[in-house]
Amino acid sequence: MTTPTPVEVDQPDVEDIVELENPWVTVVWNDPVNLMSYVAYVFRNYFGYTEEKANRLMLAVHNEGKAIVSSGRREQMERHVQAMHEYGLWATLQRADA
Amino acid sequence: MTPFKRRRRGGIVATFDPAEASVLANLAGQVIELLRDRNGAQITDPDPLLGELGMMGPSQAPEDPVLKRLLPDAYRDDPDDAAEFRRFTETALTSAKVANAEALMSSLADGGLDGLSDESIEVELDQGAVQAWLRALTDIRLSLAVRLGIETDEDAMLLESSSDPAVVAMGELYDWLGYVQESLVQSLS
Repeated sequence: MTTPTPVEVDQPDVEDIVELENPWVTVVWNDPVNLMSYVAYVFRNYFGYTEEKANRLMLAVHNEGKAIVSSGRREQMERHVQAMHEYGLWATLQRADA
Repeated sequence: MTPFKRRRRGGIVATFDPAEASVLANLAGQVIELLRDRNGAQITDPDPLLGELGMMGPSQAPEDPVLKRLLPDAYRDDPDDAAEFRRFTETALTSAKVANAEALMSSLADGGLDGLSDESIEVELDQGAVQAWLRALTDIRLSLAVRLGIETDEDAMLLESSSDPAVVAMGELYDWLGYVQESLVQSLS
């Protein structure tokens, strides 16, 4: 265990604040092909989620038809969606308030 | 097939009958062919700079239903954003999928698949190959599912009662591929 030392905090850009106030989300949609074990594996392996969180999100996709699996800046969500497509999951991004 | 399992020191190992290995290689080859038809020879040797500049990729979604599933729209309700995203990313995504399918085929070749020998094929996957296999098996299963018209969880279960023997056979193949992938996922935890 370590104790954090105080660090100088950068002032956020105005653009960053706008992004944070208006974040984007990555949505994964249910499909009849992908195995439940595989979807949970992808959530653990790619997003680094715990087994518990990965399983919860996988079940949300399965039972509710979709789940928000990540939120943040648009460019980041675009990277996530592209990664999900490489895994073969059906993912889209949208504004959080859409 | 003997299911995937982790070797005490080394990679993840499974054994396939030559016939099973041939089918797998064949299906991977079909995915590659389909993806190459989409973008032509360029995806075998993509120029990363041009790719990043977005000068090569198509902006229209594919018409082929299998390709449409392998290369889906990133924006559901915004055709302009979807087209823009596709233009910048589809070439890279396609190249990645081709590389994954090729990696699966070379694991099988390394395991002794040559179309002649009747000895079983043992594949040993390192971390990189595991990732390629997971994705390539998914792409193969997605392709088969689209061809079989599987759109709901129930559709897959109805295949075995089809009156068309070809559909029943393809359905069995689809189930088997699910078993292969499940065994690979389970071996990782």
